[in-house]
Order: sequence, then C-alpha cells, then structure tokens
Amino acid sequence: MSDVTAHGASVRIEHCGKTFSDGTRALEPATLDIARGETLVLLGPSGCGKTTMLRIIAGLELPDEGGKVLFDGKDVTSMPIERRNVGMVFQSYALFPNMSVAENIGYGLKIRGLPKNERIARVAELIRLTNITGLESRRIDQLSGGQRQRVALARAVAIRPGILLLDEPLTALDAALRDRLRGELNRLLRALGITAIYVTHDQSEAMELGDRIVVMGKGRIAQIGTPREIYFTPRNRFVAEFIGAANIIEACLENGQLVLPGGRQPITSRINLAAAVAMVRPESIRLVEAAGAALSGVVDSVTFNGEKQRVVVSGASDKLLAVDAPNQVQIKPGDRVGLSISPEAVRLLPPED
Amino acid sequence: MQYGASSRRGAPWLMSHKFFVRLCLLPLVVVTAAFFLLPMARLAVTGAEGPQGLAGYLAILVEPRYRATLINTVLLAAATTLVTLIVATIAGMFLQRHRFPGRAVLIAMLTFPLAFPGVVVGFMIILLAGRQGLIGDLSNRLAGQKFVFAYSIYGLFLGYLYFSVPRVILTIMAAVQKLDTGLEDAARSLGASPWAVQRDVVLPALAPAFVASGAIAFATAMGAFGTAFTLATNIDVLPMLIYTEFTLAANFSTSAALSVGLGVITWFILALARSFSGSAVAAAG
Repeated sequence: MSDVTAHGASVRIEHCGKTFSDGTRALEPATLDIARGETLVLLGPSGCGKTTMLRIIAGLELPDEGGKVLFDGKDVTSMPIERRNVGMVFQSYALFPNMSVAENIGYGLKIRGLPKNERIARVAELIRLTNITGLESRRIDQLSGGQRQRVALARAVAIRPGILLLDEPLTALDAALRDRLRGELNRLLRALGITAIYVTHDQSEAMELGDRIVVMGKGRIAQIGTPREIYFTPRNRFVAEFIGAANIIEACLENGQLVLPGGRQPITSRINLAAAVAMVRPESIRLVEAAGAALSGVVDSVTFNGEKQRVVVSGASDKLLAVDAPNQVQIKPGDRVGLSISPEAVRLLPPED
Repeated sequence: MQYGASSRRGAPWLMSHKFFVRLCLLPLVVVTAAFFLLPMARLAVTGAEGPQGLAGYLAILVEPRYRATLINTVLLAAATTLVTLIVATIAGMFLQRHRFPGRAVLIAMLTFPLAFPGVVVGFMIILLAGRQGLIGDLSNRLAGQKFVFAYSIYGLFLGYLYFSVPRVILTIMAAVQKLDTGLEDAARSLGASPWAVQRDVVLPALAPAFVASGAIAFATAMGAFGTAFTLATNIDVLPMLIYTEFTLAANFSTSAALSVGLGVITWFILALARSFSGSAVAAAG
C-alpha cells in the first residue's frame, strides 16, 4: 500500500472565470480552497460550470485573465497539464484502445522513464488494489464498463499524482454497479490519502463521497459545505431543490407562523414577513389525525417505494406537499390527514434573487 | 376484420416473405455474375491461351521488360500512397481541428479534383511542369535553365499525388472527427508531450483510416491510366503496358495475363498491408 500512497497537494483557485471564444460565460470568477487529502465534490446540473472548473484545475483550460491556480501554494496557472502531475479519470474512461490493460496502467510510468521492473511492480500493485487481477493482458474492448472504470482509476493513480481529478466517473454505469463502485472508490480515495476533486450531477454520489460539496448553478458557486450543511441548511432555493426532495412553501409569516391554506405552521423565529419562502423536507413531515391538527389537507396520491411511501397532500400548503410516510401506514387518495412538522424542520430561505 | 387478420398468419404468407427476400438478392447476383465472375473467368482463361500457355502468367515475373514495369508500378504506387498519407494526415488533422475564416472554401478547393479524370490531371501536370509549364518558365527566368519533369516518373508521381490526396484527406478528416479528444487529454494528464500523444494515441487510433484510405490510394495508383497516357512518359507503368500489348501488339493473352497479374498483385500487397497494420495496432504502445 505504501508504494502507491500519494501525498496529496493542496489546491487554491483564485478568481478563476472562463469565457469561451464565442463569448459564452461558462464560469463566473470563483475562489476556492481545497485542503490536502480532502475529497471535494463539484455538484450541479449540466452546464453549471463544474466541468470547466475541473478542467481549469487540470490545466486543460486556461482561466480568464486574472485567474490563478495554485498547487501547494505554487502558481501553476501557465503550466501545461503534462507537467502538473494530476491524475484524471474521464466519464468516457478514455482508455487507449491500442494498449492492453497493463500497458494502459503503466503508460504514465513509461512516459516518466521508470525502469521496467519498477513499472511492472507498480502496475501489479495497482491491479491488485483495484480488484482487476487476471485482466492484465486484456484489450480494452474486452472489458465491461465496471472493469474499464477500474482500469481508468488505476491508470490515473499509477503516476502518484498530487491531485486526482474525476469527471463523472460513474455516470456511464448502471445503477447497481454504480452503487457498489461508489463504495469501493470511497475506500480507495481514503486509503490513498490523495486530494480528490470529483465532478458529478448525482447528489447521492456527492453526499457519500464528499468531505465537502460545492453546489454550482449557472456558472456560479451556490454553496460550499459538508454534506450535512448542504442538506440541512441550504442557503437558497436552488440548493434546497437540487439536493434531495424539498417542499418549497411561499406564504406570509405572522408572528413566527406560516399562514397556509390548511392551517398554521410555526417556525423557530418570531418574525413577520409578507412574502416568506420556506423549505421542508418530506421526511420531516409526520402524518397525524386530521382532527385537532394545526395543519391538514387531503391525500392527492400515494406512491409505494418499498422502504417508504411518498404521500402527496393537497390543500395544506400553497402547492402540493410531499410527505414520506412509513411503508405500513394504510392510506389512500381522498383521505383527510393532519400534518405535524416540528418548527426546527422548517428552514427559511432568502426570497428569490 | 378478424378473419382477414387470422388468414395472414398462414404459412403461404411466410413463404412468400422468404421468396421476396430472395428476389431482392437477384440484382446483386446478376451484377456479380455479369460484371465480375464471368469476365474475370474469361480474362483468366485468355491469359493462359497464349503460345506459352499457363507459363504466360510466369512471363510477367520473368520477362525483364514486364518485370521492370511491374516493379516500377509497385514502387510508384507505394511512394504515392506513403506521401499521400503523410500530406493528407497533417492537412486533414489541421482542417478538422481548427476553425478559421476560409476553411470551408479551402476544403472545397482541396476536394475539387475528386471529379477530374486522369487526363485532366495529366494536363494540369503538363501545365505545371511541362515544356511550356509554370515551373520551367520560372526556373528559366531565375536560373536560365528550363526545369521540365512532367514527362518523367516524377511528373507521374505528382499527378498520382494530386489524384489521391483529396480522397484520403476526406477519409482522414472523418476519422479525426470521430477521435475521442478525451484520449489525448488522458495521455497529457499522464505526462505525455505533444509528440508522444501523437505517436502513442492519435496515430494508432487513426490506423484503420490509414489502412482504408491507403488501400484506395494504392489501388488507384496501381491502375491509373489516364494520367500516364496523357503524359506519355518515357517510363512504363503496368496499365500502359497492358494498353500497348492489347491495342498495338494485339497480344490478347499477354495483356489478359498482365491484367490478372495487376489485380492479384494489388490485392496481395493490400492484404499484406492490412494484416501487418492489424498486428501493428495490437502491438503498439
């Protein structure tokens, strides 16, 4: 293990924006610090600028005038990717079809002029580490998607990069395999102690892998925080809706209570606001007896998911309200239900900007 | 309605369906027989009907004049293929990867000669390097000597090049377009210099396109007649030899044998190149 343990570098990007030659602004100037050994996830819908940011860090794109990229405090902005010592895993894997599995993994070492016996030893270790023993001499087109993903990871890690950059590495795989590889990837990143920057549009992937998550939208950083911070205290409506399921309630706040069509819902602070925007997660809402409940509505639809059922209630809030109910509860559309929400579960969001 | 639907499931309909598929194959069978199998068979038989019989085929390799022509033709075709591939790869890669004003016009101009017959190509070579040609004119003014090479093997070579480059450029451009740029990014991230990226990643990935377009260039150069005929060079190439034997000497059997030989040799060299490049692709890196 010690042989492939990378010593991660810290990364800082300063005022890095990107405007393409046709005038499209892919990334607004952003500043971001990534600690040594940290796994940072860039999360956002497609076109949010996350891949552009990754490519700037990699050295595949130059930031606009005034932007700077620093590795371990050293300015690498004008250094081409081939001299930055970064490992990179692509969504398409980008494995060399003219080389075998072992040649792919050893390519970076060969380029660096590592003696053949050292190269063979390092490749063998990586093959063991990524669980692809027996595939060494296979051609790339003889591998399954999951195996290709492992080869791509082994190849990127083989050069002992200071920073590992992963661009949607699991997106091309089917759901079951994606879940399994996500766990494996997580263990490997921790074991290597490498600084990893991971781009994805999948929020559950981001939650599981990230020490911190950078939520991006429309070329801007919307919020930076740990998975818990992002989930429980989203800073705005975009983050709240992008991460997990969220009920957005637009209502008038009177003396610390949201005034809703189906009743009143207290929040933690006792303020007054004519047009408040609040968020409640479906799992924070409990179904109770309609009689005597502060907030009530009528069941619109019930979807059974196995581990839970998603109940959609109308008439309680300004819009339909999604509620997660235990899977054994007998409930059907048309039932009148009461809703119990603890004041702490209601998060006030800034009005639309 | 229901009655009609159930009768359709019957066996007669299935059989007629199979019959229909076979019927569709008929044009292919007719064309293959009429234009390929029968004339080729007749040609092969004619080749063996000369005074030497089957040994007429051997003469292609043994007779000094025939052999020299054969070697000339193969070398010329090989040189044409090689230079075409080099020129077309560099140009095709550049044209596919860069956007600049006038790009579309340039591509149109480059592919313009596609429709030209060999005669026109030969004519253009004469205009360029003939006795009254551009190059001769220029060298006469600069060095006081007319530089004329249109009627030599170099003129022929230039003509073949002019003929092949447009075809090959188009194939290479299509192949470059399909290339995953991620492969180049990946190689660079692993520390490969721009040269190493070309050597280890781009050129191996283009190998199938090289084989395909190189084969076309080679076969075209082997069989090109119009250019050679127009330039009326003092060097012989196989198609010219066949023409001479056929029309002037009325030597049907030899010209038939030479024709079959031209086909077989071209096919053999292409097969060789294909198998070699196939193993080279697998062993690269």
